[in-house]
Amino acid sequence: MKQLLYEVKKCLGCRSCEVACALAHSLSGDLYKALDEEKLSMPRKKVLACGGKNYPVSCRHCEDALCVDACMAGALVFDKQKGQVLHDAERCVGCWMCVMVCPYGAIRPDIKDKMPLRCDKCKDKDEPACVKACPTRAVIEQEKAEVKK
Amino acid sequence: MGNVEQRSIDKATQEVLKKAQAENINTVWDRFDQQQPQCGFGQLGLCCTVCNMGPCRIDPFGEGAQTGACGANADTITARNLARKVAVGASAHSDHGRDVAHTLSLISDGAKHTHKGGHSHSYEISDVEKLKALAVEFGIDSTKNKDEMAKELSKKLLEEFGRQQGELTFTKRAPKKRQEIWKKLGITPRGIDREVVELLHTTTMGVDNDYKNLIQSGMRCALSDGWGGSMIATDVQDIILGSPQPIRGKVNLGVLKENYVNIVVHGHEPVLSEMAVKAAQDPELLKLAKKMGAEGINLAGICCTANEVLMRHGIPVAGNFLQQELAIITGAVEVMMVDVQCIMPALQEVAACFHTKLVTTSPKARFPGVTHIEFNPENAYETTKQIVKLAVENFSARNKERVNIPAEEMDLVAGFTKEVVFQILGGKYRATYRPLNEAIISGRLRGLAGVVGCNNPRQTHDYFHTTLVKELIRHDVLVLQTGCSAIACAKQGLLIPEAAKLYAGQGLQEICEAVGIPPVLHLGSCVDNSRILTAASHVITEGGLGEDISDLPAAGCAPEWMSEKAITIGFYFVASGVYTVFGASPFATMGSKNVTDYLTKGLEGVTGGSFEFCDDPIKTAKLMIAHIDKKRQDLKLKPAMYEAGKA
Repeated sequence: MKQLLYEVKKCLGCRSCEVACALAHSLSGDLYKALDEEKLSMPRKKVLACGGKNYPVSCRHCEDALCVDACMAGALVFDKQKGQVLHDAERCVGCWMCVMVCPYGAIRPDIKDKMPLRCDKCKDKDEPACVKACPTRAVIEQEKAEVKK
Repeated sequence: MGNVEQRSIDKATQEVLKKAQAENINTVWDRFDQQQPQCGFGQLGLCCTVCNMGPCRIDPFGEGAQTGACGANADTITARNLARKVAVGASAHSDHGRDVAHTLSLISDGAKHTHKGGHSHSYEISDVEKLKALAVEFGIDSTKNKDEMAKELSKKLLEEFGRQQGELTFTKRAPKKRQEIWKKLGITPRGIDREVVELLHTTTMGVDNDYKNLIQSGMRCALSDGWGGSMIATDVQDIILGSPQPIRGKVNLGVLKENYVNIVVHGHEPVLSEMAVKAAQDPELLKLAKKMGAEGINLAGICCTANEVLMRHGIPVAGNFLQQELAIITGAVEVMMVDVQCIMPALQEVAACFHTKLVTTSPKARFPGVTHIEFNPENAYETTKQIVKLAVENFSARNKERVNIPAEEMDLVAGFTKEVVFQILGGKYRATYRPLNEAIISGRLRGLAGVVGCNNPRQTHDYFHTTLVKELIRHDVLVLQTGCSAIACAKQGLLIPEAAKLYAGQGLQEICEAVGIPPVLHLGSCVDNSRILTAASHVITEGGLGEDISDLPAAGCAPEWMSEKAITIGFYFVASGVYTVFGASPFATMGSKNVTDYLTKGLEGVTGGSFEFCDDPIKTAKLMIAHIDKKRQDLKLKPAMYEAGKA
């Protein structure tokens, strides 16, 4: 099961992952065209700076996720097989409980659509867009077992 | 993009790329792949590094910061970044022009201080007629002797660089109406250096925040290149090295010869390589080459230096921009001698994989640890002889087992200038632009197109150039080319008279057959884009096709552009009234809708020219042809005489 991880020391704060994420979730997937779309795509990932370090923050897909517990509509579930927290837009009522409880601040509200903005690991793509975009390889995706320490 | 067919349409390039892959040698395509995906902020032009409060970025998706720390928004930042590129491009061409003008002044001085190398191997005035013509333009008495004339002219030319006010002399070559437009907009260039410096000043922190004003300043700076620095470079090179005449040559990596000492000249300034042409024929060196076991010395070129020595001496062209490393990877190059511009830093590492010696010659362009033999016009012959000797001696170091020269080579005809290109149409004894104008008026020719510029690994090498040009000539558009674009089309056989029958529409075919010219005319290097400007002005003067360049049924394109110089060329073409399409990818202004709209839509009402961005050659051809047809309509000309030829 692959996990999205960060090597914080390597993050230079260029925010290429943010742009790549917004682009991957745009309708056209083309940088120049995406800026003309009626509703501009929003990144699921944000680079935050704290204590002289940069943190590319996005959903950690916790096994024991607070957001899943807090979701009163049952729209958020942890899928054991995929190792991901999945979101069912049909069920979601936009109460923002998930936004409030996430200890990482990794879920952001999309006020317009009343939907939480969360990392979906680029769904069916072979590799998340942020991993591809990171020029310093600070964003990595690797098997869970490898990172035990 | 590991597949060589996706990397280039050129067979020779594909073959050498396969060798590079097999031998694990990185080329520009590999390095380009390693850069993917490229930074979105950079691509959109939304990163500002002007001051030390930054670097600042504008969030293109609208959520984050919409201004930099100073308050500059996307419009200001993209326009400023673009303007800086224009200044750099203009400075490259113009500094080239300055060096050539300086050489002219040395020649006129040399008349007094007799050169120790003897006159036969130093520079001289080769085209006295052109010298006289320029003297007249600059108000110099053309009855004086040529050395005095050259002395005065070089002084006046160098003054164009330092001039503080007034107008650059060559701007008077433009049609009256065009000059009026520039005056009205306040973009008539005053002095070459001044425009570059002033433009850079306006882009520093806290100066010009009006994107329209920044772009207009950019146009004034670009005009100081097109109608200044580049035009000086072209015309003075003609005076010193001789005006080109139509000449046959050969192109592509196949021009490298297995049993010869191969020397590749690469870069942009022909003053040095001109001497290399002479040094390669030096009996002493030829004898040495024989002694080393070579059959002779073979000189070939890459990029615009290649175009310059091709235009004047028929020296073969080994390839265009993306082929510079490949020439070395053939394993058959003893020395690659470089001057300035478009010389990839990677050459050093590629050369280290072979016996090839990279030799830098300009104090402006050095590589750490690379043999540097500095050139100056006073001892040009001695310097180049030393470099050629180095190559000959290096022949014995060649590993014959690692030599793989592709067989591909193609004939071409080059050497068309504003003086000869259309005079040919008028016949030797009736040197006039009339027949060209008549051909356009009658509709036998639909119009004219300038297709110029670089290569870019972003685009399949040579594909955009050749597909676009074939489509244009099929629609009876006579294509004028310079730079790496000309080399691309030459390799695909478009620069021989026979190409007319194969690819051109019926109208263009009739003209090519009657006059014996190719349907695609090679006008030279990238500073020679100035030849296109003056040719366009001559067409206007000849009459019947409007009063200004913007009235002409003509369009321009830089299909596979990569250099800042290409942006500057685009700027001076648009400022001169030409509709100009950029391929590869758009300018890094897409982060600002205002700036992009101004470039593509707003400028037409200002200069009569405009930019367009398109990454597909067939669509680009359609856009250019539609523009040409619209201009024909505006001039109330008949539609093109013939339907398009077979695809």
